[in-house]
Amino acid sequence: MSFWKNRNARAWIWGVLAGITFLVIGAVQGQFSVIWQKAVMICLECIGIG
Amino acid sequence: MRNRFRLTVQLLFTIVTNGYMYGFLNGKIYRGGLKYACVPGLSCYSCPGAVASCPIGALQALLNQRGFQVPFAALGFFFVFGSMLGRFVCGWLCPFGLVQDLLHKIPLFKKEKRLPGHRILKYGKYVTLALLVCVGSMFLFGGFAKVPAFCKYLCPSGTLLGAFPLLGTNEALRNQAGGLFLWKLGVLLGIVLLSVKVFRPFCQYLCPLGAIYGWFNHFSLVQIHWEQERCVSCGACERACPVGLSLHEISRSPECIRCGKCADACPQKCLHFTGRTGYKSTESQSS
Repeated sequence: MSFWKNRNARAWIWGVLAGITFLVIGAVQGQFSVIWQKAVMICLECIGIG
Repeated sequence: MRNRFRLTVQLLFTIVTNGYMYGFLNGKIYRGGLKYACVPGLSCYSCPGAVASCPIGALQALLNQRGFQVPFAALGFFFVFGSMLGRFVCGWLCPFGLVQDLLHKIPLFKKEKRLPGHRILKYGKYVTLALLVCVGSMFLFGGFAKVPAFCKYLCPSGTLLGAFPLLGTNEALRNQAGGLFLWKLGVLLGIVLLSVKVFRPFCQYLCPLGAIYGWFNHFSLVQIHWEQERCVSCGACERACPVGLSLHEISRSPECIRCGKCADACPQKCLHFTGRTGYKSTESQSS
């Protein structure tokens, strides 16, 4: 029983590691540039114009 | 005491992540390198003060690309923030959550924790995530370009933090405001009015970010730990919970925003914030 509890208690670490992996894959695929390009222009949809 | 501390953290985080004063004064937005990264909460990147990107905006920007690509970068931010904090982000770090908290303090109307039909309405945020953020962003077109449907039709944070400061200082933008802006203004006004009566209606029923982080509540690092052996079942925590959760739902439920009001209300001090490591050792001792 405690095995499952302990495994559950460590799940957040796997989540963080998965997140870091996703971030690295995203960086390799150039996705951060897409986010940056969207974020540095005024988003007309966001402000209800576009 | 903790409530005041939480308010201070919320204010500081909002000011730090939306503190680009030059943008507010000149009706321009920050264009620096920090916008490669996302903040954890719902914070419009078209706010003149925003120094980083909105995670839901980033997700939609990636889904709006030609063809389909798994939005790894946005998922990465969700997994890192979610695995560490869960919906603690909603309770402590979200600027629009702060706005709703402040509105709920206005002494008007009889205060309610939930809307009638909560059991069904609470799934609204998952519908928003699925239909507006994901499906809408991939298949809805405006002209030849895909549309960030959530930002365009629903997001009140964009209207409040983005549209008002920009339209207030930029006449060219102001002249373009039309029916869509009026729609978004109506959505914002509806949520503002509802927030005075009901605790965080947008977070409870519509926020796609809350839907995502709620999934991480089950196993995130930050938890509210319940020391069962000290509990006298007085129900003070359940009465204090602003979203009306039962003792067994606190912390693990996708609805819990980890505001900590339950821990403050407990006369036995048997509820407290902890990391998973502390949770594990206590549970091991009790079993």
